[in-house]
Amino acid sequence: MSAEHVVEVEGLITRFGTVEVHRGLSLRLRRGEILGVVGGSGTGKSVLMRTILGLKRPDAGRIVLFGEEVTDRPAGTRGLLEQRIGVLFQDGALFSSLTVLENVLVPIREFHPDLDDDLARCLARLKIAIAGLQEDAAGKYPSELSGGMRKRAGLARALALDPEVLFLDEPTAGLDPITAGAFDELVRTLAKALRLTVFLITHDLDTLYRVCDRVAVLGEGKVLIVGTLEEVEAHPNPWIQRYFLGPRGRAAARARMA
Amino acid sequence: MSHRSESPPPALLREGDRIALIGSWTLERAARIRAEIERMPRPSESPLRLSLERLERMDSAGAILLAELASRLGLDPRHPPLEGGDPALVHWLQHMLAACKPIAEAPRLPGRDPATWLLAHVGRATLAILRHARELLGFFGLTVITLLRVLVRPSRLRLTPIAHHIEQVGIDAVPLVGLLSFLVGAVIAFLGATVLKEFAAEVYTVELVSFSFLREFGVLLAAILLAGRTASAFTAQIGAMKSHEEIDAMRVLGLDPVELLVIPRLLALVLVLPMLAFLAALAGIVGGAIVAVMSLEMSPALFVVRFWDTLELRHVWVGLIKAPVFALIIAVIGCLQGFKVTGSAESVGERTTSSVVQAIFLVILFDALFAVFFMEIGM
Repeated sequence: MSAEHVVEVEGLITRFGTVEVHRGLSLRLRRGEILGVVGGSGTGKSVLMRTILGLKRPDAGRIVLFGEEVTDRPAGTRGLLEQRIGVLFQDGALFSSLTVLENVLVPIREFHPDLDDDLARCLARLKIAIAGLQEDAAGKYPSELSGGMRKRAGLARALALDPEVLFLDEPTAGLDPITAGAFDELVRTLAKALRLTVFLITHDLDTLYRVCDRVAVLGEGKVLIVGTLEEVEAHPNPWIQRYFLGPRGRAAARARMA
Repeated sequence: MSHRSESPPPALLREGDRIALIGSWTLERAARIRAEIERMPRPSESPLRLSLERLERMDSAGAILLAELASRLGLDPRHPPLEGGDPALVHWLQHMLAACKPIAEAPRLPGRDPATWLLAHVGRATLAILRHARELLGFFGLTVITLLRVLVRPSRLRLTPIAHHIEQVGIDAVPLVGLLSFLVGAVIAFLGATVLKEFAAEVYTVELVSFSFLREFGVLLAAILLAGRTASAFTAQIGAMKSHEEIDAMRVLGLDPVELLVIPRLLALVLVLPMLAFLAALAGIVGGAIVAVMSLEMSPALFVVRFWDTLELRHVWVGLIKAPVFALIIAVIGCLQGFKVTGSAESVGERTTSSVVQAIFLVILFDALFAVFFMEIGM
């Protein structure tokens, strides 16, 4: 492995029954980049993320994290590697019986049980502040938060142990445009300030244009193309043309120029 | 910021008017760093600077501890004077420090007086029970009114869903109800035989089994099983519809969800439960008969003769008359809890649990009331 690739997927094949979702998919995530992953419904974006994270076993292929092969090590058995990865699921996936502060404390306590209580709390509060939540949100339960705040709380939990790689599954889905824009801004700022590598699944063209360094387009069970937005836009695939050069894509591109 | 491999231990070194942070300041080393900070003498008058020149690694716990060190030295913890260090690290550190709160400031939950808490808890629970009772009565009334309206105009009665629920609630439950009643019947016969043998009165085992199953256990077992199996299913079905806003969609389309969802379930259950209760009684008596024949050396013919001699029709009626009442309780509670589901998946689980608990509780409570009532009127 080369030092600049933190996640490598090679020849991945995933099947559900007789349906083949990935047919020899390969993708590499470079250290420090924000990679946007797009594709039509059913092209296996979320499945790819779950497979990398070890929540789903691949039918064939290799998955390498930080140079260690983890293909046969499902989530929960990866030890130290797991601390280097943060995940934000679609709706935050906060533990609903715990407050935001307790949610953020879960990974800290799990991996550092000897840590002083006041330092652990302080650390959790720092993460909550970094994720852009007000201080009074810490004591609230997930059901008392708005969608945007839940995502921020999920982000705070994902960042609890200073991960090097962050996986985001549709971070702006279900948010109003203003909240979504603010969240995009937050992801971009944090990723650059904390030197994170980000794997970002999205349908949101604005997110792609505002946040991502590179974009990977999934389709036909493979990565159709991975490159900068300009390179991707130039790809002749009809789906890509409709996606990026349709009215919404143009509007998002114009917004970035402005 | 990567903080895994072996690295020199963290330390603090005073060099004139600057303090050098040495080694890796990470979460794993937090205790040690704190000890170092504690050992640091309180500030002298000369202005201090924090040197990051020899800092190997730092994570966000390290940033918090740096802020702690700064405030101990009398420096601004949010913008301490920093010196040297990798520019990217400094940029990251400034970002962290801006969001950082001093450790001591982290507020804790105010402690509660246990006595006050207990009192408040009892009060809240009492109010909740009263509120539930009120809701249940209200929903019961609504159901009865809707039922009457439907019965006045039978064309509004939806037969297909009723048939569907009869199958789900009744026919599908036959094996379970039959088997469990059979087993309970066998157990009661065995217990009865063991005790009655002492008095050489084994033959009364027949009455023990037949009376108890016809009057009480047949209907009670069927009702409790349906309270567990059907009340929860009603709650989950209606709850899922509620959380997908299907109920709201019905209302907007001018449909009455009580008429559409509750009445078919209620009617199906009222029709089916007496039959299941009868089946349960039969299965229990058969179970008792088999144990009696096998362990008491009572001939099957003797059991049947004894059974017919002692049987009175009123026992059957006392049992079966309770079935529609129990059916009403189970259906109303199951549906009401379903309507009380709010959005989350957790709420479906909570409501399902309380639907089963309340249905079983009320079934047994009403059974006890019926027993007292029948005793008073001499049945």
